[in-house]
Amino acid sequence: MTVTTLLAISLGAILTNNFIFAQFLGICPFLGVSKKIDTAVGMGAAVTFVMGLASAVCFGINKILVNAGLGYMQTVAFILVIASLVQFVEMFLKKFIPTLYTALGVYLPLITTNCAVLGVALLNVQNNYNFISSVVYGITGGLGFLLAIFLFAAVREQLEFAETPKAFEGFPIALITAGLMALAFMGFSGLHVW
Amino acid sequence: MDMNIVYAVIVLGVLALVFGLILAIASKVFEVKVDPRLPEIQNCLAGANCGGCGFPGCGGCAEAILAGKAPVTACAPAGPENAAKIAAIMGMEAPSGEKMVAHVLCNGGNNATKNFEYRGVKDCLAATKVCGGDAVACKYGCFGFGSCVAACKFDAIHIGENGAAVVDKEKCTNCGACREACPRKLIVEVPYSKKVFVNCSNKDKGPAVTKVCAASCIGCGMCERTCKFDAIHVENNVAVIDYDKCKGCTMCAKACPRNAIEPIPTAEEKEKFKAAQKAAAEKKAAAAKAAAEAAKAE
Repeated sequence: MTVTTLLAISLGAILTNNFIFAQFLGICPFLGVSKKIDTAVGMGAAVTFVMGLASAVCFGINKILVNAGLGYMQTVAFILVIASLVQFVEMFLKKFIPTLYTALGVYLPLITTNCAVLGVALLNVQNNYNFISSVVYGITGGLGFLLAIFLFAAVREQLEFAETPKAFEGFPIALITAGLMALAFMGFSGLHVW
Repeated sequence: MDMNIVYAVIVLGVLALVFGLILAIASKVFEVKVDPRLPEIQNCLAGANCGGCGFPGCGGCAEAILAGKAPVTACAPAGPENAAKIAAIMGMEAPSGEKMVAHVLCNGGNNATKNFEYRGVKDCLAATKVCGGDAVACKYGCFGFGSCVAACKFDAIHIGENGAAVVDKEKCTNCGACREACPRKLIVEVPYSKKVFVNCSNKDKGPAVTKVCAASCIGCGMCERTCKFDAIHVENNVAVIDYDKCKGCTMCAKACPRNAIEPIPTAEEKEKFKAAQKAAAEKKAAAAKAAAEAAKAE
């Protein structure tokens, strides 16, 4: 476990294997809350936060499950963990860090069912990451989500004023944009630094 | 194998139980006391999160009212009944005042001369930036690109047939979003019950106004002289109605030589009004003549 591998994991999570553009996880909030830059950034920050936490907690839960010979129960157990974790974090923030709570606000409960969060927990197991790698992968995966949703929201804000053919107005043109951005991100797949 | 299933159920059940207990304890430990008046106030607000009050959403507005930072009437869309309810919750006197609605002071960009065809972004602010907004020659004219329509959360403002935005006053909640959105500041607050409006905001001198728009106020003062209630005055080359005095007789609208005042009279109404004016003037002249002759005779 060196800094280089951690860097490689981060780069992979943010660019080459971007959760949205390469793995197509977390598309729902990506399309749903990307109409304005500030809400998109709020959502991205909340996802990053929860993905980091979920990676850490799910790592421990997975250890328990594997030791008990119940590895096949990952998905169910992870969903349970993530749902209660989000609830817990929400209550905790409301009491002790109200500023962060108001900043993340409505996005926190929305994340409960975000598949990127479940995805990161399952991928950690699949890739046999240790605790530190898991947490790094979770946080950087969230940052990748933040980057994607921020770029997308910036484009969509401009799209609002563009003259599009009637049939493409609104959502269709947004989907086309998302497709083009995914294509652009495919360019990173040739990236081999280490 | 059977034991495996039981085992799985037990492990998951225990996990769920533990998490449930943690959440239950957390909800007690981390409980944040909220003022019971807060949800009550929030129930009285419009709930559209329009932001017209200047606070972040209805929750923010309710908090501001509770903290005394905003008046109980802060939520214009909720109307006076709800303001009274909030006042009751806060233990204050209910304020009074007529419901206000938005109104666009322009008869329509279609009446104005077009200097060129604007094909840019369909946004009024963007249009004002191109050649000084000369696409509609009148500097006080509505573009009709609907920045206000986009800003309205209540579907209460639309582009009318004359190319100017028109407010549907039944739906309007006076939240102020359109007034903010209009780059030319053509939208004003008017009392809900009033029906007469000078639909022109052009503050230029008469000849310049005549050149750019067919249905504009040139500040001739005809309305001012016609009004029996001293309710309409020409200020800065444009007629302005004082709604405290206006009785809604619509005489000014009929007198206006430019048809700039709403309700715009039909040709027939105009003829009738002119005839009545002429008859009154003749009568007055005759009376004056008679008085002068009587004075002479003495």
